[in-house]
Amino acid sequence: MFIPHSDSDKSEMLKKIGLERIEDLFQDVPEKHRFPDLNLPEAVSEMEALQNLKDLAEVNFSTEDMLCFLGAGAYNHYVPAAVDSIITRGEFLTAYTPYQPEVSQGTLQAIFEYQSLIAALTGMEVSNASHYDGATAAAEACVLAYHHFRGKRNKFVISKGLHPHYRQTIQTYFQGYEKLRIVGYENEIPLPDDDDLLEMVDSDTAIVYVQYPDFFGRVRDFSKFVEQVHEKGALVAISVNPIALGMLKPPGEFGADIVTGEGQPLGIPLSFGGPYLGIFATQKQYVRKLAGRLVGETVDKEGRKGYVLTLTAREQHIRREKATSNICTNQGLIALAATVYLSLLGKHGLKQVAKLNFDKAHYAASQFDQLADFEVVTGGPFFNEFVLKCPMPVEEINALLLDYDILGGYDLSRDYPELENHMLVAVTEALTKDEIDYFVNSLQEVCHG
Amino acid sequence: MENPQGLKYTKTDEWVKVDGKVATIGVSDYAQSQLSDIVYLEFLVEPDDDISKGSSVVTLESVKAAADVNSPVSGKVVALNDSLSDEFEAINTDPFGKAWMIKVEMSDSTELDSMLSADEYSTYCEDREH
Amino acid sequence: MGEATIFEISSPGRIGVKFPKSDVPSFELPSELERKDLPLPEVAELDVVRHFTRLSKLNYSIDSGFYPLGSCTMKYNPRINEVTARLAGFSKTHPFQPVDTVQGNLALMYELQQWLAEISGFTGVTLQPAAGAHGEYVGVMAIRAYHDDRGDKKRTKMIIPDSAHGTNPASSSMSGFDVVHCVTDERGNVDIESLKSVCDDTIAGLMLTNPNTLGLFEQGISEVIEIVHQAGGLVYGDGANLNALLGIVRPGDLGIDIMHFNLHKTFSTPHGGGGPGSGPVGVANHLVDFLPCPVVAILEPASGDFPPFYGFMEPAKSIGRMKAFYGHFGMMVRAYTYISMYGKEGLRQIAEGAVLNANYLMALVSDHYKLAYQRICMHEFVVEGHWPNAPEVHALDISKRLMDYNFHPPTNYFPLIVPEALMIEPTETENKETLEKFADALIKIADEAVNEPQLLKDAPHNTPIGRLDEVKAAKDLVLCCWIPETET
Repeated sequence: MFIPHSDSDKSEMLKKIGLERIEDLFQDVPEKHRFPDLNLPEAVSEMEALQNLKDLAEVNFSTEDMLCFLGAGAYNHYVPAAVDSIITRGEFLTAYTPYQPEVSQGTLQAIFEYQSLIAALTGMEVSNASHYDGATAAAEACVLAYHHFRGKRNKFVISKGLHPHYRQTIQTYFQGYEKLRIVGYENEIPLPDDDDLLEMVDSDTAIVYVQYPDFFGRVRDFSKFVEQVHEKGALVAISVNPIALGMLKPPGEFGADIVTGEGQPLGIPLSFGGPYLGIFATQKQYVRKLAGRLVGETVDKEGRKGYVLTLTAREQHIRREKATSNICTNQGLIALAATVYLSLLGKHGLKQVAKLNFDKAHYAASQFDQLADFEVVTGGPFFNEFVLKCPMPVEEINALLLDYDILGGYDLSRDYPELENHMLVAVTEALTKDEIDYFVNSLQEVCHG
Repeated sequence: MENPQGLKYTKTDEWVKVDGKVATIGVSDYAQSQLSDIVYLEFLVEPDDDISKGSSVVTLESVKAAADVNSPVSGKVVALNDSLSDEFEAINTDPFGKAWMIKVEMSDSTELDSMLSADEYSTYCEDREH
Repeated sequence: MGEATIFEISSPGRIGVKFPKSDVPSFELPSELERKDLPLPEVAELDVVRHFTRLSKLNYSIDSGFYPLGSCTMKYNPRINEVTARLAGFSKTHPFQPVDTVQGNLALMYELQQWLAEISGFTGVTLQPAAGAHGEYVGVMAIRAYHDDRGDKKRTKMIIPDSAHGTNPASSSMSGFDVVHCVTDERGNVDIESLKSVCDDTIAGLMLTNPNTLGLFEQGISEVIEIVHQAGGLVYGDGANLNALLGIVRPGDLGIDIMHFNLHKTFSTPHGGGGPGSGPVGVANHLVDFLPCPVVAILEPASGDFPPFYGFMEPAKSIGRMKAFYGHFGMMVRAYTYISMYGKEGLRQIAEGAVLNANYLMALVSDHYKLAYQRICMHEFVVEGHWPNAPEVHALDISKRLMDYNFHPPTNYFPLIVPEALMIEPTETENKETLEKFADALIKIADEAVNEPQLLKDAPHNTPIGRLDEVKAAKDLVLCCWIPETET
């Protein structure tokens, strides 16, 4: 299997070391705790392991078995075959963080291209090599803002349109900061308005966080909003869906200081919530406060172009307790998948896929608009998700929809108690018109028992 | 490079030049050589800030290391050497001259008494080399 | 002749992948929201495949050769893991699906929680942290929450040994603790007197890596833990080096209160050029209530022919959510596959193989390189990459020269307490001949250092590119090949 030693190897090696038995290697381990009996299953072969895992996987219903109208931060998009074929190459899969640039130019250049693609997509000047996911990227953006003001501004203003998990993650990250206040949680019906955040912004505010498209799928121009926040001296961070930026004005044009987002839509499988990709881009002036790895271009002694990890003196292995973040990796292979995906789709493909999402979601909404018992609550423009008010609780609807092989939309009352019976419906390019019609009809049928 | 006479030094490699009540602060040649090529400098204080002895006033970064410069004296910041922000090279090439970092109006000049003389500091550096 | 960037090989009008024509009417986006320009590359699929294939060939990887990067556990990544993680039943499930449609996922997560707890001697496990450093952050926050919950608010300090990895102090200070240090004694252990001198009723805990970053098992482990517990602190175990302990000793049995695992080191999930990792955290009984939410639990026990019904649960005093959703599920599938193939007896062979390999390699080179500490090592060891009779040669030069012999260099300049450190971790999956060839290369380099030092100073000679100008990279700061148009 994976350990090559034969008995004769072992005895020759022990002889060289000067010991008799393998057990002698562990004499520093307290004797009474040495070699515990582990209550685990017996080992299985590869063939059996595969069968066991298949058995487990088959207990699940996947998006191959059901039509997926569920989004809420993770989306069912088509992944071109070349993405997986490239990221499973052993040279990428089994390398580590490129500490030794001479033998890591593949990983380094791929990250450099990732940074370039993300900067281009978001309209920002700098992207890092990625964070864990959209939620931790948001938390790290708050860390950046907090340290940018050297801890002198102690208020974060956070939109209710920011993904609930991201808001919760920010709360968790900052629980040790006693002076800090995180505001912006007041409820509004039917949907919150980000402009209401502006009155909470003051000279103690470090960062204002909004999402684009927001959690409810809505899109708006944040240019004036950003301007007004900047008048108070605070930073603006915008969390994005990267696919939407295939057709939407990029947040860089709004004047955002930081752009984060969940990169999963860029060719990453749903995989029950991870691993995903934390997009993190900013303006050049904040680059020193930017947590996470950065790859920069340089030359070798002979003037040949190459890439290295740069600005490493900001990081934990040098700064230790003075580092502002403990992060020491990026999402490596997942960032590579996004790089390949964006390269394959390119200028035209990304625009096309964005437009398909937009049109299909709007088509679905237009169908519901014609039904008396349903109301599309999302007023104004949206991308590939909208809020649908249903005549009964969403959880019940979704349970019934399973019989139609439909994975229904997100139950907004889970996070917004005031939005009882409100479903967040996501429609991607993976669905056809007929499937959307089937969904609309099934939903109607289910609600009328 | 020799450590100029007339300056006072700390064991954390800062130097101070005293002119009346005003102390000019920088880092020594030994410090810059340990850090190697400086690629970044950030001031952690602004003019008019009150600072106490030992507080961090500047952060320096090279490709391999980062270091905080601590003020050896308490008082009020009266000037920053803004030209350094564009020209970090001076820290490597002229640490005792062009690369001064901040000026502080001292509130307690007795704090200088515990600092090292040029000769004492040179000996201290030599000891660390071995 | 490096590889051009994907932007440089772009040519207007090309597209790498086509989507179906729209079968719905077109809708209008308000023009003020419309994107004017999308400056992405335009390339065909073959261009993309060739570009990234060529890039891949510039990488050194475990699949191509020996990768003894200390503290990173670069063991073989079994291919079956990649197959199981891609089963549609796993990879095509949405995190917000109703729990009754993902009982397979939840069963796998629940069992993995149980297995990790059993392997390490803990009561509870969270699978949520995305990486080791993320797990550490959970750890320090859980320690704070534990003291706060007991009304013990004065514990503001975290003790970190001077041999610790940089993430330990960074995690501590990131969550608001002041860091205090204790030193290492002449045997490579935590210095007991130094530890005692910083232990009082203001310490929240100690972050301990065992085996430590010198590759040595903490000989006074029981006493160290006892001292911290006596002072009212908790002991955090950095699980980076757990590969040495599988089936040998359970950290929980030693009295460690909380520890993170690195699924990407110990449990063979691929490193992927820097990620994704996965950093589950195990805790002793008194910390179970503080775990991040949610954890997977059995909501209804099995009965008759029916299996248990699994769901999510929020621990009573949870520190909260650490990221979106539940963790790096794809990595959990891989680790689960790996553990099931070793089983109850097999895990111990991993640690035995790793420790045997490290000690054998150490024995092969010990006449030529100064060992930082003369002791039986665990899964890795540290040598000094410097000789008095070759004063101009440094650890970095040795590392670069190793590339010419087709090996990946060890970790260099860490741990900080060893001058010119070279930290070597062979892992259990390397055979005897590979270790011998690597030792031969190291010995040859030791000879070259004295007789032909310039060969080392100029190394590497056989790589796609030579030593790169890091000062230029940091000063000129070119971080992307696409320059945004600035408004004028």
